[in-house]
Amino acid sequence: MSLFQLLNGLTFAALLFVVASGFTLIFGLLRIVNLAHGALYLFGGYIGYTVATRTGSFVLGGVGAMAAVAAIGFVLDQGLLRFVRGNELRQVLLTLGVAFFLNDLALVIWGGDSFTVPIPQLLRGGIKVFGTFYPTYRLFVLVTGVVVFAALWLLLNHTRLGALIRAGVDDAEMVEASGVNIQRIFLITFLLGSALAGLGGLMGGAFLSLYPSADAEILVFSLAVVVIGGRGSLVGIGVGSLLVGLLNTLGQVMFPELAYFVIFGPMAVLLAFRPLGLFGRAT
Amino acid sequence: MTMPLSPNPSRLAGMTGRAALIAALVVIAAAGVPLVLSNYQVGLATEVMIFGILAMSVDILAGFAGRTSLGHGAIFGVSTYVVVYSTAQAGFSPATAFVLGVLAATAVASVFALLAVRTSGVYFLLLTLALGMIIWGICLRWTQVTGGENGMRGDVRPAMLLSHSAFYWAVLAGAAVVSFAMWRFVRSPFGLTLRGIRDSESRMRSLGYNVPLHLFIGFTVSGFFAGVAGALYAMFNNFVSPSTVALAQSVECVLMMIAGGVGTLFGAFIGSAAIIALENVVSSYTERWQMVLGITFVLIMIFAPEGIIGKLRAILSRKVR
Repeated sequence: MSLFQLLNGLTFAALLFVVASGFTLIFGLLRIVNLAHGALYLFGGYIGYTVATRTGSFVLGGVGAMAAVAAIGFVLDQGLLRFVRGNELRQVLLTLGVAFFLNDLALVIWGGDSFTVPIPQLLRGGIKVFGTFYPTYRLFVLVTGVVVFAALWLLLNHTRLGALIRAGVDDAEMVEASGVNIQRIFLITFLLGSALAGLGGLMGGAFLSLYPSADAEILVFSLAVVVIGGRGSLVGIGVGSLLVGLLNTLGQVMFPELAYFVIFGPMAVLLAFRPLGLFGRAT
Repeated sequence: MTMPLSPNPSRLAGMTGRAALIAALVVIAAAGVPLVLSNYQVGLATEVMIFGILAMSVDILAGFAGRTSLGHGAIFGVSTYVVVYSTAQAGFSPATAFVLGVLAATAVASVFALLAVRTSGVYFLLLTLALGMIIWGICLRWTQVTGGENGMRGDVRPAMLLSHSAFYWAVLAGAAVVSFAMWRFVRSPFGLTLRGIRDSESRMRSLGYNVPLHLFIGFTVSGFFAGVAGALYAMFNNFVSPSTVALAQSVECVLMMIAGGVGTLFGAFIGSAAIIALENVVSSYTERWQMVLGITFVLIMIFAPEGIIGKLRAILSRKVR
């Protein structure tokens, strides 16, 4: 694998990390497997595309995407999921229904063509990395992934909110019993997780492009990341993203037609030995 | 949901006299359908039975082993792909192709099962979903064999079943046999063990049952029946494309199973009829079937997770009181 391909794998891993960290935040704390996460990613991408092309600002596109997708997340959590609280299976299937709805809605609004979010002037072109010419934008994605990781790590480990989220992951009832409004923590986490999907949509939309089945693809990759990394572990998601990102690139280079196998084969083997993932803990 | 276990002398193939009579009446009534309906409607009725079988195969796991699979659409579709491929490309006879299709689906199901039996609840759902997506990815990308996005066409149906009503009767006979087999399966001692696992895995384990092995066999058997449905679907459609193995397929059959009532087994046919009827009505007005499917899913999850029949029963009993 050449350096170019290695960087491709790393930048894809960075994107996966942004999307999957939102997924695992919600999964870890709320115990909700949000299968609409892929659709949120797609919406983030489309909305980011629309805002960015209308205003000509990539940053505004990112803000718009995150805000709009967080708003969708708000409706999903407060409008629908509240009716099925506490029942994991019904929650999952409900989010699946929402995923179908959103996917079709996106088809109605933006049509079936594929779009690419316009990259700002500053990030166009390429730079030399260790003697290889590489697109600046993809390096930007890599940096963003690292920044998001650092920000989430700081949030979870060095703020009061983070402490409450971690406590909620371990024992939500106990947190509530000590006088904390856990419902609000849940909601904030859900919005944060959704916003990360929106951000991922914009970032991915600029180099993977957006098309009607992109949501299912990113969802499956996110699932693989979470299954490998383990539920609710930030480091696990980081390692999982790296593995999936690199394996995916390796697979595309070596067996383009069976690339899926290269990711899911190791995932299956891992599951056979560690059903909770590399960093997952039994609850 | 307790079934009488004491042996009853007046039983016919394990059924009480009344149940056998009802089953016979239902099959006879269903056999009369082609005499009164148009060809198009007979086609729809055939589809209802095929998807009813598929939804029943999902119910074996969901209703009796407590494991909801989101990968059964893919198992079903593997059978469809193999049947179409082996008749159109490899030149096998329809009967051989049928057997090969069911075998392939069973094999795929056993691989799924090997990986999935260690998980339960949401993890089982996620894993089967991911496995199903792999199949979808392969069918989409392995263009030389599967025809990629365009799919494959083939004249799969044997000559004697070419007419709508002949094929309908064949599927009816198949559905009756398969339904009976599944019914026997879930009522067998093995099926009771599955139910025990659903209710308390740890208790069954401490009683000395090999839980993973039971789940493995249960999943494989369920996959076998999904394969039968898939092979019939190949003959019904004479065409296969990645949408046959897509997530939407798995989701639809889970929805049918839930709409009919989890753990009711034969409710699957009612769920299948309800969803297919809805699909046809909706499709005649709008192209947004997927949106309606999503909304239906959400509404059923919120308002009627016990299924349409269960819901109606609950409403009726409230009115009577």
